[in-house]
Amino acid sequence: MVNAWIVASIVAVVAGVVGFFTVLRGSAFVAHAIPNGSFTGAAGASLLGASTLVGLGVFSLAGALGIGVLSRRGRHDVATALALVMMLALGALFLSLSEEYAPEVYSLLFGEVLGIAGNQIAPTAILGGVCILAVAVLYRPLMLSSILPEAGEARGISAARMEMCFLLVIALATTMTVPVVGTLLIFSLMIGAPAAARSLTDRPPLAMTLSVAIALLIVWIAIAASYQTDYPVGFFVGSASAASYALGRLWAGWRAGC
Amino acid sequence: MSQSILDVQEVDVQLAGRKILDGVSFSVAPGQFTGLIGSNGAGKTTLLRVILGLQGATAGRVLLAGHPRSRRNPLVGYVPQKFLLDPDLPMRARDLVGLGLDAQRLGIPRPSRERRVLIEQMLEQVDAARFADARVGRLSGGEQQRVLIAHALISRPRLLLLDEPLANLDLRSASEVVTLLARITREQEIAVLISAHEINPLLGAMDSVVYMAGGRAASGATDEVVRADVLSELYGHHVDVLDVHGRILVIAGAGDTRDLAGHEGVFPHAPPS
Amino acid sequence: MSATAAAVFAPGLFASEAVHIAAGVGALVAVVAGLVGVFTVTRGQSFAGEAFGDIGATGGSGAFLVSVGPLWGFIAGNLLAACAMELIGIQRPRGRDLATGIVLGAGIGLAALFLYLDTTYHNTTGAAVTILFGSVFAITHSTLPLIALLSAIVIVTVAVIYRPLLLSTVSAEMAAARGVPVRLVGALYLLALALATALAAITIGTILSTALLIGPAATAIRLTTRPLLAIVTAAAIGIAVMWAGIVLAYDSYEWPPAHHGWPVSFFVVTLVFVAYLLSGLPGLLERRRAAIAPPREPAPAAARAES
Repeated sequence: MVNAWIVASIVAVVAGVVGFFTVLRGSAFVAHAIPNGSFTGAAGASLLGASTLVGLGVFSLAGALGIGVLSRRGRHDVATALALVMMLALGALFLSLSEEYAPEVYSLLFGEVLGIAGNQIAPTAILGGVCILAVAVLYRPLMLSSILPEAGEARGISAARMEMCFLLVIALATTMTVPVVGTLLIFSLMIGAPAAARSLTDRPPLAMTLSVAIALLIVWIAIAASYQTDYPVGFFVGSASAASYALGRLWAGWRAGC
Repeated sequence: MSQSILDVQEVDVQLAGRKILDGVSFSVAPGQFTGLIGSNGAGKTTLLRVILGLQGATAGRVLLAGHPRSRRNPLVGYVPQKFLLDPDLPMRARDLVGLGLDAQRLGIPRPSRERRVLIEQMLEQVDAARFADARVGRLSGGEQQRVLIAHALISRPRLLLLDEPLANLDLRSASEVVTLLARITREQEIAVLISAHEINPLLGAMDSVVYMAGGRAASGATDEVVRADVLSELYGHHVDVLDVHGRILVIAGAGDTRDLAGHEGVFPHAPPS
Repeated sequence: MSATAAAVFAPGLFASEAVHIAAGVGALVAVVAGLVGVFTVTRGQSFAGEAFGDIGATGGSGAFLVSVGPLWGFIAGNLLAACAMELIGIQRPRGRDLATGIVLGAGIGLAALFLYLDTTYHNTTGAAVTILFGSVFAITHSTLPLIALLSAIVIVTVAVIYRPLLLSTVSAEMAAARGVPVRLVGALYLLALALATALAAITIGTILSTALLIGPAATAIRLTTRPLLAIVTAAAIGIAVMWAGIVLAYDSYEWPPAHHGWPVSFFVVTLVFVAYLLSGLPGLLERRRAAIAPPREPAPAAARAES
């Protein structure tokens, strides 16, 4: 049980940090598409008898690269949608070719945090650390490129390269968080908490801190509620994320009104 | 005396505690070409939005041909300021102009010869016939603007509003657009209210001017309004008005450069000598 | 020639009733998806289109729970979600995707709950897989009239708001200046999208729903410059890939490894993807040519105040 708290907290911190940029860059779709597509990697790994984590990693990467390359030629949201369905279609193929997969599908889609084993803490922590390190290194160019892309270009910060880096960060965050919260809901954490934080403050460092704090709160509430009611963690994560966003909007509206 | 096509009466607009428009009053007669001059932040766009009904006024009223403004007013045509059209839009210049005829009607347009002829004529008038079948989002800024003018004019408005159409054009293109507008609107007795922060490109075509600063306005014939005394009172501090070979130059007086609303003055630059 | 035909069209293809239904429904859905998809892509609402597919699954699993037909669940869920997105009410594209994401997150959370309850109370496993990866070969005769009716509703709705929708897509400001009720038109379109994706998701599955909505439309938009032509082209591409996918899926019953066929969705999506990539070739070649020989006309100067 303690394992669940620890791993989930690491996930929340990463989601809060990466999610801050996700909301800033308006990349909600990408944050949904890459984890979704990575599901195919898990299915493929199972087919080959390989490690699920490796499969997730490979397909998150493939998704990020695919979206990055396709969006240079066309609309970003079209690229995301088509890359996603291509990966999902491959996933459908893998599923149809392997018979014994069905029971694990649910936990990969929605997370199985309460069943986390002790030996998963270390890899999660390491990958999480790499993720946060990557964001720390990219912080300033990414901020500039996200808010004022032309100013960034003038300083030699290619918007396209920043986008690619950011996609890779999401891919990494995906790989480490999916076993905990599932492919379908990691993105919910990545946008609900940061969006709420942005309603509360304009200053980036404070917003990122709040984003992490809210994400931690959401995850702890979700685990506690799931433990009590036996309902899936994912349900509480999705609802709590939406609720924090709503509360953030209400707060901002109340502040503007008076 | 013919009725004004546009009457703005004591219009105030207050937003977030700031007075964006303060007692703005002026009229535009049918067929009159009026320049709306002012720097950024003077309130020009807000005023245009009030006239269009896109922004509510906290006081005062706007009359179009004597009647209060209603939501759908076919009397008014509009060319917006920023119109970066999506370069991938599956729409030809011709299609966008066609939408000017009937965008507010329901259903799919039935192709008719009459419609096609009208569109063709309008494209000729704005000299856009040669790129009529090009993807509208791929046209240059100046070409897109001409298409938007055609789109606004094809529904035969009595008043055409243009929000800073000359802002990003070089002087030659700017003068081409003004000549084009003056020609078409004179032919069809269409009144024009065109906003700009530089008065000189409009001097040849303008019948009257509305000069704005800090939300207030002074209106009348060009030589009545663009004078040191009138503008000094408008800006709230001393300005000089110079005539340089027929071009007008408005310069802040020595010392205080802030206007009535406390904004740093942003005056038109002197043309390089 | 007939040997090739026999290789492509496996025996029994044209006689199979399942194939007839699949081809008919698939074509109908492709037409609806193409029509709605052109607006979806030009309005930059691909995320909403994809999200409705997943939210439909929530509705479906909810319907399963209360023993109501899944189609109604898909429709109710999507329409409710569309209302929620409109209520959040952000009009800027980036903000709109955020609203979509929030609603989607809540929706998927609900799906998690419903599926858990399905398994607990109805003792069915594999519900998740079936709903998310549904197959076009699983449609029955009885639902056909309903599907046709709902498709007609979507087509009529879009046809009615066609012109105001087109102008507000080009420029919301210009449309508003003409008195077009931009928010109302946008909301009606979103509802039509919600209904269209519900329809598509229940008949051909959520993956194909998104693929047929976005892919053919994006491809058509690159190929033509006229709105109506883009819609017709999108529908045509959709029908073509759908039928080709069905033929290939039927053929694949003989293929290794399991001899129960590869999924239709795999074939159709691959074809959609390839079509989109191919449609980008002309632009790519032109960019290469322009890079070698610089354009002759100078770009319009942005400098002001030149004497």
